[in-house]
Amino acid sequence: MEQQAKSSKTITVLAWLIVLAFSMPFIWMILASFKTQAQIMSPAQTFIFKPTLKNYSAVFEQYNFIKYITNSLIVAIGSTLGSLLLGLPAAYAIARYRLQGLGLLLLVARIIPAITFLIPWFILFSQMKLIDTYIALILSHMLVGMPFIAWIMISFFDALPLEIEEAALIDGCSKLKVFLNIVLPVSGPGIITASLLSVIFSWNNFMFSLILAGEKTKTLPVAVFNFISYSDVNWGGLMAAACIITLPVLVISLVAQRYIVSGLAAGAVKG
Amino acid sequence: MRTGWLDRNIKWAFTLPAVLFVLIMMAFPIAYTFRTSFYNWSMSAANPSTWVGLDNYRILLSEQRFWNAVGSTFYFTGLALALETVLGTAIALVLYRNFAGKNVAKTLFLLPMVATPVAMGLVWLLIYEPSIGGANAFLQLLGLKPVDWLGNPKNVIPSLAIVDIWQWTPMISLIVMAGLSTLPHEPYEAADVDGATGWQKLTQITLPLVRPTIMVAVMLRLIDVLKTFDIIYSTTQGGPGNASETLNIYSYVQGFQYFKLGMASSLLVMFFMLVMGLTLIFIWMRKRLGVQ
Repeated sequence: MEQQAKSSKTITVLAWLIVLAFSMPFIWMILASFKTQAQIMSPAQTFIFKPTLKNYSAVFEQYNFIKYITNSLIVAIGSTLGSLLLGLPAAYAIARYRLQGLGLLLLVARIIPAITFLIPWFILFSQMKLIDTYIALILSHMLVGMPFIAWIMISFFDALPLEIEEAALIDGCSKLKVFLNIVLPVSGPGIITASLLSVIFSWNNFMFSLILAGEKTKTLPVAVFNFISYSDVNWGGLMAAACIITLPVLVISLVAQRYIVSGLAAGAVKG
Repeated sequence: MRTGWLDRNIKWAFTLPAVLFVLIMMAFPIAYTFRTSFYNWSMSAANPSTWVGLDNYRILLSEQRFWNAVGSTFYFTGLALALETVLGTAIALVLYRNFAGKNVAKTLFLLPMVATPVAMGLVWLLIYEPSIGGANAFLQLLGLKPVDWLGNPKNVIPSLAIVDIWQWTPMISLIVMAGLSTLPHEPYEAADVDGATGWQKLTQITLPLVRPTIMVAVMLRLIDVLKTFDIIYSTTQGGPGNASETLNIYSYVQGFQYFKLGMASSLLVMFFMLVMGLTLIFIWMRKRLGVQ
């Protein structure tokens, strides 16, 4: 008994040391975001320093981050809605009619390097004058979001009991109505999980925006490079910007941890 | 009567939009990239695209820079994947146990994998900064000499692998923990009766039983590590020189910095076949190991 208590104490210490080690980059980012350039340069002020909010005000006032936050939100929400619209019915049909071949097709999107799509899109979107528009960004982000949402939802729909749907069909309900009025309302948890992760993937996506966005539609991951000029790096501003980009994702993940963890596990194991 | 038609064909009506989207946005671009790989094209009106057959491939295969990118890709992938697997499994075995604050700890531990990669790449740029960064401050604390993490061609790939390990070890742990939770109790009870030590139980029961799960995790990571882009672009952009230029970065440079779209396309065709080939080899190996 005593030995067990001791071993669980060792495990507690070890586990929290691991968590602390993996949290260090976040701690470093947050601390530096409240420091002046001089404080960042001074090793004596690593943990104890007089915090400043100057970096954050610079991010919003000089670097106009409200615009990039808006762009990121439009693209993330737009591409997630589009992905749900295409992905939910497809996932339902694949789950109910066992269309495994189509399920596999969705997986190919995961294996192919994304730049393979980017060259043709860049050419196509240039010709259609769609570079630097939300449409181009939303469509490209949907390519990550839609297969992911479909993949999570296939296993979710698979696990739903068939009885209620069958009863409704016998009562003369059309299949479309069954899907809209019976299946979707009970699929809330699955849809929340899939949507949250789709929003996060889009929010984090860098490569598509790097090539398809311009001054007007630049999203946060591209805008953050404004802090690096050829001569030097504005470290405090850069870290404040990194916090502004990362913290929403981290907070969502902590608040909705139940959904996020199950989604990541399902997406990883199945995907 | 519209609903009647829809009801009879719901299987196709529901999947068609998604399939069309995938065909237009994915299949067409792949075919187009394949075709472009046989052309010399730099996206300018002065130089229309011309058919060059296999020339792009021939040039790339005879190039030092291409083989350097192949080498970097394998070095980075091998190093990151091996350490992530060992570390991820070990951490899963710790975090799977019961301890104070387990749920909070697990969620905090998973945060690196949802954090925006580019932002985190830039944070690591500060951490690796030779004179003001945290990495060298830590080494000094241990009484070690400072290291030029990203500036020295010899160190840059291991340094970048550390960033990938930091960000993605949690994913291996997450999957392995999911595998651990499905293990049966009986073998452990039998082992207890036989008086097995904790280490024997670990190496002879737990690890063999979770091996299939670990293999799945490794395969998923393999696919993604090969394609790492964000953290390399945001820290070194392939430098110093071409020391950290992987195939993905090199394709980007050819396509969107030099605008040699034909050359970039043939690079991508080879890169795609490499990722596909390694994935298939891995699936085949897993099947063989599974049979034994």
